Amino acid sequence: MTYHDIVIIGGGPAGLSAAAAARKAGAQDILILERDNVLGGILNQCIHNGFGLHTFKEELTGPEYASRYIAMVEEEKIPYKLNTIVADISADRKVTYINREEGLVTIQAGAVILAMGCRERPRGALNIPGYRPAGIYSAGTAQRLMNIEGYRVGNEVVILGSGDIGLIMARRMTLEGAKVKVVAELMPYSGGLKRNIVQCLDDYGIPLKLSHTVVQIHGKERLTGVTIAEVDANRTPIPGTEEYYSCDTLLLSVGLIPENELSRGAGISMNRVTSGPNVDDRLETDAEGIYACGNVLHVHDLVDFVSQEAALAGENAAAYVLRAKEPAAAAQGRKVPLSAENGVRYTVPQILNLDTMQDAVTVRFRVADVYKDRYISVYYDDKRVSKKKKKVLAPGEMEQVVLKKSSFAEYPDLGKITICTEVE
Amino acid sequence: METRNLICIGCPLGCPLTVTMDGEKIEVTGNTCPRGADYAKKEVLSPTRIVTSSIRVTGGRIARVSVKTKSDIPKAKIFEVMAEIRARKAEAPVRMGQVLIENCAGTGVDIIATKTVEVA
Amino acid sequence: MRDLQYDVAIIGGGVTGSAIARELSRYDLNVCLLESAEDVCSGTSKANSAIVHAGFDAASGSMMAKMNVEGNRLMEQLSKDLDFPFRRNGSLVLCFSEEDMPGLQALYVRGVENGVPGVRIISGDEARAMEPNLTDEVVAALYAPTGGIVCPFNMTVALAENAADNGVEFRFLSEVTEVKPIEGGYELSVEGKEPVTAAYIVNAAGVYADRFHNMVSREKITITPRKGDYCLLDQEAGHHVDKTIFQLPGKYGKGVLVTPTVHGNLLIGPTARDIDDKEGTYTTAEELAEVTSKSARGVKNIPYRQVITSFSGLRAHEAGHEFILGEVKDAEGFFDAAGIESPGLSSAPAIGVYLADMIAAKAGAAKKEHFIATRKGIPHVAAMDREERAALLKERPDYGTIVCRCENVSEGEIVDSIRRTLGARSLDGIKRRVRQGMGRCQAGFCTPRTMEILSRETGIPMEEICKNRPGSEMITGKMEEV
Repeated sequence: MTYHDIVIIGGGPAGLSAAAAARKAGAQDILILERDNVLGGILNQCIHNGFGLHTFKEELTGPEYASRYIAMVEEEKIPYKLNTIVADISADRKVTYINREEGLVTIQAGAVILAMGCRERPRGALNIPGYRPAGIYSAGTAQRLMNIEGYRVGNEVVILGSGDIGLIMARRMTLEGAKVKVVAELMPYSGGLKRNIVQCLDDYGIPLKLSHTVVQIHGKERLTGVTIAEVDANRTPIPGTEEYYSCDTLLLSVGLIPENELSRGAGISMNRVTSGPNVDDRLETDAEGIYACGNVLHVHDLVDFVSQEAALAGENAAAYVLRAKEPAAAAQGRKVPLSAENGVRYTVPQILNLDTMQDAVTVRFRVADVYKDRYISVYYDDKRVSKKKKKVLAPGEMEQVVLKKSSFAEYPDLGKITICTEVE
Repeated sequence: METRNLICIGCPLGCPLTVTMDGEKIEVTGNTCPRGADYAKKEVLSPTRIVTSSIRVTGGRIARVSVKTKSDIPKAKIFEVMAEIRARKAEAPVRMGQVLIENCAGTGVDIIATKTVEVA
Repeated sequence: MRDLQYDVAIIGGGVTGSAIARELSRYDLNVCLLESAEDVCSGTSKANSAIVHAGFDAASGSMMAKMNVEGNRLMEQLSKDLDFPFRRNGSLVLCFSEEDMPGLQALYVRGVENGVPGVRIISGDEARAMEPNLTDEVVAALYAPTGGIVCPFNMTVALAENAADNGVEFRFLSEVTEVKPIEGGYELSVEGKEPVTAAYIVNAAGVYADRFHNMVSREKITITPRKGDYCLLDQEAGHHVDKTIFQLPGKYGKGVLVTPTVHGNLLIGPTARDIDDKEGTYTTAEELAEVTSKSARGVKNIPYRQVITSFSGLRAHEAGHEFILGEVKDAEGFFDAAGIESPGLSSAPAIGVYLADMIAAKAGAAKKEHFIATRKGIPHVAAMDREERAALLKERPDYGTIVCRCENVSEGEIVDSIRRTLGARSLDGIKRRVRQGMGRCQAGFCTPRTMEILSRETGIPMEEICKNRPGSEMITGKMEEV
């Protein structure tokens, strides 16, 4: 069986950044497995700009952002296989992949980095009543058909969900001559960035209807229209508020789900809120030597943070394989769980190793609702060790706190770290 | 005197801004920070946008090459720029950064490729 | 006497029409099948519970009972001969109260009378031991070990392919609008196409069977579309139950079933609403809610958040709730296969034999010498063992390119679904044959690639690629054509 120090599953933004960072950290034998026919992942179809402000201090389009990381991988001569789908990963890091040239192959990895990304929630998951005609697309599928394949998916469009992909597609389709009639959002707030609401909807006079959803799909062969209704506080449609919109296309931008079939297959413990693996501050899952980063770990808003997170996974995976080659095994250390409470939905990582952690660990999380003038508090057991006032917190914006190793010196018997929102 | 209502895009707060224009004098209210005022002034005086789209490629590994305006263009020119972009065809290979349209729609801004498309 | 084009013309390419076609193809007969859609399995056959009933439901002595039990018996061998997925997982009918016990008892007696093998009543605890996710409300259950689950798509496609391999001519996008008796047979008018003439007609038109019957007979029948909504859950939920779980109709009305599918998903439903619209395959919010609430009565902790799609199917309900099978009294040479509602899928193999033998006898046709009795399905690369897969990949590298990641469907499988006999011409046709797009992302990732493959293989321009029948085009043109 062929052996590689680090096998990275996925050649999108997470996988590329992890690969570059792992090489920088000294790992020599790295292999990237990518299912598409090019590197870069979803960025290839995200032709709009707004990427890279944090990483490169300039605004890039998706393909430009991807190209910078692809260049790093090419310069470092890190090998990758395209058109290669991973069929299975085992807890002891055997990776089985399939491709045209080699057929079915199993290789042994010293460390595995999970960087498979996420997929869109389909219509079926929403149980929207009506027929099942052509013309209903998840926003990303429509984006691919337009931006990569060069096809028009429709002329009159309604968009359900105001996630960023939906907003971007509203502008994209308008620019290409389609009429986007309305964007309906189930929640009383948009999950998308303010800038996208202004520059993708307001600029083109596209109405955004908050607390509205599609309650009926019309048309048997191709979509002919949708009925939209207002919803109450329990997200139940309010009778009498129905409004019919004729359209031939319905785009769905109703959420992203990390793609963790392989992780589950390896028996890795998963987090119910993120739908990604539980990880410690090294982004290592509970399967030794298997790391996770990017949208497979939790869904991000900004690719810059994906790259940062993935670089950390790459460094740690490199450290793991380099250490494993020496006789001394990994340090055990005190592991403390991170708990998300009172308006904080989850944290990544979920576990902090007080002894082996870096000097500073970034903990990323999302809140459950829109909150104004709240504190983000950190507790070590029952002691509030920090608070930070935020004018506004929204589920669509990932938040973070940084925990310093030095701050734990006074807590030798720490049992739990809590991150929560508080009014005071 | 003219007033316009805007939503600030500086941060998730999304402050509702009111801009009052009286000749040369511009007053912004509703902002929580100076960035809001700057944004509002720019938005009423000379709003600009980067336009991204794609251009048909013949003989390439993919059917279209993504493009952008090299810098931002006046917002009012978006559809004129789009019309030129849509009418254009490129031939593979196309290199990222390559100028595909010079001085698009008289804006003085070039349209450049944002990805490389190799020959099929 | 004028020349007739065919000995037999079958109206309808559902599972019933396809089964009849396959059985007729054993005989020396010139047969054609007319289907209004672009593919077989496009009506009732594609949207149902996908189960093979044991046969205790139908009234003793009825055609329904006879065909069901016989169909169930034939299914196993047929599934091997024609290589479609079938599993005998057994079924339970749940009884929720002591006062409903006589109803369960009656069902048991009927099962015995109908000749259902091994049927027996078990206690609530025994049932829970078999199926740990049953609720405490269950007081007893009827267990039928011969109940099964089947892939209705592949079953229909397999029957149709085998019929075609044995010489039956399939005409798609051929909607019959009129049936007219002519000398020695019938003439069928076909929408937008030349008429078709045949000595014998088989009416297997599902919810439209009354229309054709009533064109030739004075004894009118009425088929009411009985709509049923379903929810399909992710394969992660597929092991929630192992057997098909029915609810005994009781004081709370008729229940819904909870069953694994043969592909490992969990299926719940259906509702039952009589409607007028024979094309009314829309789901409604009320019915989807009903599916959820009713299913929870018998099976606990169903992970409803793992629903990946919902759909609606129409059962061809005949007023007398009986299969109408055979030659129409006042229309010689016109054979009905009408009122084929549940257990129609289970009964199809038996109905096929029954009607084909009847028609062959009438026509005085002998059996063919070289009938091809078996058919091989499309290999599914993900389900193969290592050696098998390695061998296939050596021969067909396109089986190594996975297109649909959720169901691990390779390009080779998609190509084969298009190239083989009666190959797919629409995205739904591909999906039904090889499960591309059936998984949890519901074709989000693989739609563009699949469209390209279909276009490449058939020469159909991308702009004309349809989800199913014409009018369901996926895209509206190339970007440069504004």
